[in-house]
Amino acid sequence: MSFLRETSLVTKNAFLSEKDVLLRRAAQITAEIQQGERKGYKEVLDLSSGDLHSGGIKPITFVRQVLAACFYPALLQDDSLPLDVTQRANSLLKECAGGSVGSYTDSSGMAKIKHCVSQFISRRDGGVPSSPENIFLTSGSQQALMIMLKLLFQNEDSCQTGVLIPVPSYPFFNVAAVSQGVVMQPYRLCEELGWTLQVEELRRALREGKRTCNPMALYICNPGNPTGHVQSRESIEEVIEFAAEERLLLLVDEVYQNCIYGEGTEYYSYKKVLSEMDSTISSAVEMASFNSASKGFMGECGLRGGYMELVNFDPAVLDYIHKLFNTESCTVVAGQIALDLMADPPKPGDPSFLIFSEEVESIKKMIRKNSHRTQKVLDELPGISCQPLKGGFFVFPRLHFPQKAIKCAKDREMEPDMLYCLHLLEETGLHVRPGCEYGQKTDTYHIRLCLATREEIMEDVLQRLKTFHMLFLKEFS
Amino acid sequence: MSAVRKTTRQPSPDEELHELAETITHQLKQGLSVSRLFNKVLDVSSGDIHSAGVKPITFIRQVIAGCLYPSLLDGDDFPPDVQSRAQTLLSQCDGNSIGSYTDSSGLAYVRNNVAKFLSLRDGGIPSSPEHIFITCGSQRGLMSVMTILCQSEGRSAVLIPDPAPHTLTRILERVGLVPLPYRLQEQDGWSLERAELQRVIQTSRKHCCPRAIYISNPGNPTGHIQSRESIETVIRFAAEENLFLLVDEIYQNTLLVKDQEFVSYKRVLVEMGDPYHDRVQMTSFHSLSNGIMGECGLRAGYMELVNVDEALLLYTEVVLTGDINTPVSGQIALDVMVDPPRPGDASYDLYIQEVLSRMSTLRSNMSRAVNFMNDLSGFTCSSVQSGIYIYPHLSLPHTAHTQSAGLCYCRGLLEDQGVCVGLNECKNEDHTDSHTCFYLRITMSDVDTTHLSRDLSRVICQMRREGRAKNIQPHLCQIIHVIPVSNAGRRVLDASVHPRVNVAVVWSRARVLSVVSPFLARVGER
Repeated sequence: MSFLRETSLVTKNAFLSEKDVLLRRAAQITAEIQQGERKGYKEVLDLSSGDLHSGGIKPITFVRQVLAACFYPALLQDDSLPLDVTQRANSLLKECAGGSVGSYTDSSGMAKIKHCVSQFISRRDGGVPSSPENIFLTSGSQQALMIMLKLLFQNEDSCQTGVLIPVPSYPFFNVAAVSQGVVMQPYRLCEELGWTLQVEELRRALREGKRTCNPMALYICNPGNPTGHVQSRESIEEVIEFAAEERLLLLVDEVYQNCIYGEGTEYYSYKKVLSEMDSTISSAVEMASFNSASKGFMGECGLRGGYMELVNFDPAVLDYIHKLFNTESCTVVAGQIALDLMADPPKPGDPSFLIFSEEVESIKKMIRKNSHRTQKVLDELPGISCQPLKGGFFVFPRLHFPQKAIKCAKDREMEPDMLYCLHLLEETGLHVRPGCEYGQKTDTYHIRLCLATREEIMEDVLQRLKTFHMLFLKEFS
Repeated sequence: MSAVRKTTRQPSPDEELHELAETITHQLKQGLSVSRLFNKVLDVSSGDIHSAGVKPITFIRQVIAGCLYPSLLDGDDFPPDVQSRAQTLLSQCDGNSIGSYTDSSGLAYVRNNVAKFLSLRDGGIPSSPEHIFITCGSQRGLMSVMTILCQSEGRSAVLIPDPAPHTLTRILERVGLVPLPYRLQEQDGWSLERAELQRVIQTSRKHCCPRAIYISNPGNPTGHIQSRESIETVIRFAAEENLFLLVDEIYQNTLLVKDQEFVSYKRVLVEMGDPYHDRVQMTSFHSLSNGIMGECGLRAGYMELVNVDEALLLYTEVVLTGDINTPVSGQIALDVMVDPPRPGDASYDLYIQEVLSRMSTLRSNMSRAVNFMNDLSGFTCSSVQSGIYIYPHLSLPHTAHTQSAGLCYCRGLLEDQGVCVGLNECKNEDHTDSHTCFYLRITMSDVDTTHLSRDLSRVICQMRREGRAKNIQPHLCQIIHVIPVSNAGRRVLDASVHPRVNVAVVWSRARVLSVVSPFLARVGER
């Protein structure tokens, strides 16, 4: 007997298909290499996900010392750990029931940590007030996004709720939207102008969306994943004005806010820009912004620490959200602690500061160098073009395929960029993701590579890509 | 106007109590208004044993610390088996860091170890890692499977026990499944009756489509353990009615009665042979939030799917990919849970001592508590075979309050004594003409026994308050003071008990409990 009579086809097919084929093949090739099969390369290089540590980067020492001490407080008794580590661990353990990270905490997160996060936000925004009451700690930003989507779905209209989603966009959000029963209404980012957001396009998408659903929210990812675009202040203001006009809830994914490297690029948080706009807007536009410990210099994806800050929400709705959190267990305590450390890192004068700032600086430098190097190499290759990279972890270059390649892909019933990725994997051991997974304009093709890896690995990656690309063009010319 | 609509939901009694507990905690922290007899709210309604002061198992925390900060593995901080376990686990993580993403179904290495553990537990019955999924706590696993069950046409429903785990109805609500309670028979040790299951399913078919039956074994909150015959009855029923089995086995390692055995649903199913063993579909759940480890804050559990086809396995993977990922620190703790130190390992002695001491204290606290509750007027309490809750039944004379008697009582307990318990209301047919009744759910995992007696004394005080309010003469009450097993000699009851309560002072030598019942106004001897 089977219980799958009607499964959601979109969920089942869309997400697993492309990723699965590449992932499986990458795992197979790794196994084959281990068994001594000869290939043209020694190992598979995986640049398919934004996972800093899997790219060989070491975790931040201070973060791991504090966490280890919180898990095993006996470590606090000898002198092996720096004073600021022991002080921080002690102050965190004091806030845990029974002095253990194994206890449940308040369902929306430990009060001390929410307070710390609110101060971090306020400092970041040059003093714009932030209240712990509006902050919720979650299992990575993913859970926070899911909860917001769930809330949007909670209405009794016969018309389905819709969310405006950028194309290209981070696939998890698409899957989450579908699984929560929310309709996605795509709006295209403008590749030719550096993947910027055009308000006319937002308007068009909204008009289109109103025909089939009730669009209630606008999802933004800034810095962009996979585009690497960082919005200018004017662009953010335009978007906020649009949201105000159309009464849309802003869902602003800012997880890469600590990763800005473009020459002369400045990062503005949506909250800061909002606070500096006219009071009719700054007090009216509803917004949820998301951040996490998985990206930036922390890279602690496996610890699951994220938060959302809600702005201008109706107190009754906030109350409901608190109640919703109360019906579930709190998020993992280790993740909450990671957030505390991200929001309140060692300061100049602290014993751990030197090592901490060296480690952070080295990660930032590495990503900056990788981005420059990648752009340079790609610029020199025919058939690939790349928009300027400003921030985030990824590069999303466009591939200009010869007709023969496109036809070959069609014959094999797959997208051309998927074909490219499969060949790339087979022939060079490079594992990247095809643009079709993120959404792209029809008849355009892309790949996504992660920049958060060691410089020598990046160099190896670029050389393999270069060699392969030339051969590919030759084969299909 | 808000873009996000407000929706109203009736809070459950537990939720109301928790809200009140939060309000009071907030007031205490701010030093606001009302003066109270207590300076901290004691929450004994949930299975969080660390918050009650139970210490974590050392080996688990050492391994996790070693994985978090591998420099610790180079020195002498940890015994060799901790070092090798941490190194093995790190080698399974991308980039040798627990900060990397893992597969959404969990680390393959841990899934393998779970499979081995299950096979060992079930007398060698094979278990495949592909059928095992690691989830962010057992609740998320349950929600994922339930989401899949909802996919069929019609209004899907699940048979659930009454009483059920206190979080279950909210989960069903979130997923959109109709609950169909089947009553457990308290007088028969909370047994499951086939006739009752039949009754429920027959009446339900008029208005919904039952898809599954949820079992809690060992029972939460009742603590009962099903016999093999009872399990077989349920399996046959599920087979005949085409129901998916959802089996919560989280308290399987917290057995309180000597020589009591736990047998898993999977084992019984497989040993039943034809025509059941390869037909009945089932998912069983386990997690870190159990009575021994109590690592609720680490958020990890696993589920094993049995007799499901490839499509369902794939779909489960898809659902989990879109759900909250299990933190790697929790996956590591799971690995230790299913593969703890063995005799001969460097950490074995300490590990086994910690586990045995925890179980022995739990057993002793539980039996004291059950006896104590039974001696309190109005209360009856069934004996508990497993788990960490006692589930006493309280019958009070009708009140004039508009609120339910149970909620009124528990709110009083919280406001006057600062103790937050769980509440289960009784059905209308259980009340009599003169009395209403309800059940309390109390976690009995306190290691600090002065707290235990203080808790229980608070319950007495509350009863006394109720009694005074209703002009009912208080009965003789006894407070049992439990002596820590390792200490000998006299112990004195803390004299913070209300002076009008009749107090018994217990004197004891190690491991001997004797009850003396003089009438004493106050005790202050040291």
